[in-house]
Amino acid sequence: MYRYDEFDTAFVRDRVAQFSTQVERRLSGALTEDEFKPLRLQNGVYLQLHAYMLRIAIPYGTLSARQLRQLALIGERFDRGYGHFTTRQNLQFNWIQLKDVPEILSLLADVEMHAIQTSGNCIRNVTADQFAGVAADEIEDPRPVAELIRQWSTAHPEFSFLPRKFKIAVTGADDDRAAVAVHDIGLRIVRHPETGETGETGFAVLVGGGLGRTPMVGKWVRDFLPKPHLLAYLEALMRVYNAEGRRDNKYKARVKILVHEIGIEAFRDRVEAEFVQLDPARIQADAEEVARIARYFAPPAYADLADNPSALRRARAANGEFDRWVAQNGFPHKVPGYQAVTLSLKGIGEAPGDITSAGMRLVADLAVRHSQGEIRVTHAQNLVLPDVRQDELFDLWQALAAGGPATANAGLITDIIACPGLDYCALATARSIPIAQALSTRFAAPERQQEIGPLAIKISGCINACGHHHVGHIGILGLEKRGEESYQITLGGDAGNDSAIGEILGPGLGASEVPDAIERLVETYLDQRQPGETFVNTVRRIGVQPFKTAFARELHHDAA
Amino acid sequence: MTLLDRHGFRPDSFRRIPAAEMAGHPAVILPGAELTAGLLVRGLGQWIGIDIANTIPAEEVAQLANQVDLIAIAFPGFADGRGFTLGRRLRRAGFRGILRAVGPLIPDQFAYALACGFDEVELPDAVAARQGEAAWLADLAIYRQSYQRDYARGENILDARRLARGGGAA
Repeated sequence: MYRYDEFDTAFVRDRVAQFSTQVERRLSGALTEDEFKPLRLQNGVYLQLHAYMLRIAIPYGTLSARQLRQLALIGERFDRGYGHFTTRQNLQFNWIQLKDVPEILSLLADVEMHAIQTSGNCIRNVTADQFAGVAADEIEDPRPVAELIRQWSTAHPEFSFLPRKFKIAVTGADDDRAAVAVHDIGLRIVRHPETGETGETGFAVLVGGGLGRTPMVGKWVRDFLPKPHLLAYLEALMRVYNAEGRRDNKYKARVKILVHEIGIEAFRDRVEAEFVQLDPARIQADAEEVARIARYFAPPAYADLADNPSALRRARAANGEFDRWVAQNGFPHKVPGYQAVTLSLKGIGEAPGDITSAGMRLVADLAVRHSQGEIRVTHAQNLVLPDVRQDELFDLWQALAAGGPATANAGLITDIIACPGLDYCALATARSIPIAQALSTRFAAPERQQEIGPLAIKISGCINACGHHHVGHIGILGLEKRGEESYQITLGGDAGNDSAIGEILGPGLGASEVPDAIERLVETYLDQRQPGETFVNTVRRIGVQPFKTAFARELHHDAA
Repeated sequence: MTLLDRHGFRPDSFRRIPAAEMAGHPAVILPGAELTAGLLVRGLGQWIGIDIANTIPAEEVAQLANQVDLIAIAFPGFADGRGFTLGRRLRRAGFRGILRAVGPLIPDQFAYALACGFDEVELPDAVAARQGEAAWLADLAIYRQSYQRDYARGENILDARRLARGGGAA
């Protein structure tokens, strides 16, 4: 993974020093609260319901064991012994004190981490496929370009006071696991359309996706952008947005609204008009610099192994639980004899994405022992060990099963995404975590989960949609109605290659009614599906109407 | 109002005045709409600046670049970053005169403003009273280097790395 050189180190140290002076100037009154707010946000510091929250950047979801141990230490020393992984591959500490933030930032800098631009109206932490570099379906590793964008966008003089936040995601795989279509900019690494398999790679560029109160799927703004043009093109696009994005209404200030209002053709024309005036070679890092970054992501030295070794086969045959875990949480690795595995932070009845400091240390130790010392964070709020030898999977599972994240539910109905909701968040209108816990408990039986198959439930505690409910196969949005929490259910959303925004099924439900309602949707699916058909594919085939009918029946039943 | 450049607070040699009254003043800043009138009566050696909003379309930017000695871009609030882009576009269009940011910026934006091509900042006195000269100059010294190459700033990391590798600056 990327390692800081002297320049990165100096930059992050300078940033910590700068934030210390900003806190001092706020305390002295030199900076007003309004002036201080964007400065603290651009350093990841939020004021939440009960305390300050610090959001730490985990660029493109890549963590070393050393970094994870440092997060464990910070969690113990400055929080309540746990942290929360978010839907943007970041980590949040929810109970910190403002006075401790400079010291925490300094501890982060010690392990080449920071909280820069994890909030605020700027270019946020860049996200990527959690299986980058190891996925069998990958055209090219997206991490070098994600790192290049991270550096280019850091403390950008022109783009640090944008109309609104700006999120960029990159994927290099056929199967989009980075949800690029629901980002302000989505980059897909593709082969040149004319030269095909042998040709150069570049980027297909999506713009104007996003969730929030106006969910939209991104639109293609460039089919093929040559790699050396990337930063100049991003600069052109950001410049058009910075100049023309709406500033009269914060709810209409994202780039998706600009694209929607002027149309993708006009938007494209403006970006191209700006782009032709730029000199890409001046803006882009030179080839040696790009190569320098890429070298950090070179594959480790893999052993010469065969797939599905006898040790693995025997262990799977002898232990049903282990077998289920490998089948469910394993992910195909491009190198024979290896596997990537998801460590689920969705234990039954637990808060999605939460992990204790002890858990972080266990995962860090296991990453060193079994996965080249590297951990990934997924946008589904889980962790991944990317480089596990298949003949070591059983050892790993046993170590995890002794109190670590070993639940075999990756991608299943209990692998629920949920934002922190009204338990923590100052913006929330309803709680998310207890709904996730209730559903997880309701569908706890492993056999039942297997029978239902892949199903993504995503829960947001307000319209800002941090829980990505719009793109959940089943989405749950918590609202406040006449002083009560009310949950709106959507169906048929998708965050992957077939990106779609879910459709609202009917009136909102009380918290206690949600599990029964979801149960009814699942029953409808099981009743209607064809052999081998997943939940979302059944929804696509038969439409939402049968589910709406089942949903309405539920309401009547309750009323009666 | 208080004027600030990279060396600190300093007196303003320009006066804001309508075009009809500009005769005899060595350096004036006119309202944007009076530029044409001002250019017609411009005295020999007289410096002319104009106030412009930060919403001026890109196509009009180029036309301004060669006509005036100073362009003062309004920042209605510090969080409104349109002026940074407009400054950048004016410089790219070839404007070599004085570029001034006008409004309640904060010291933490000073280095950004200079990097985007501004020479000076005209602050409301209340802001200057709260955040003195030292706070502004400190912002220029915070980052030893930055990541963006093509901005009017000190050293950038891309070129520093290239030099460290033994190559020349781009």
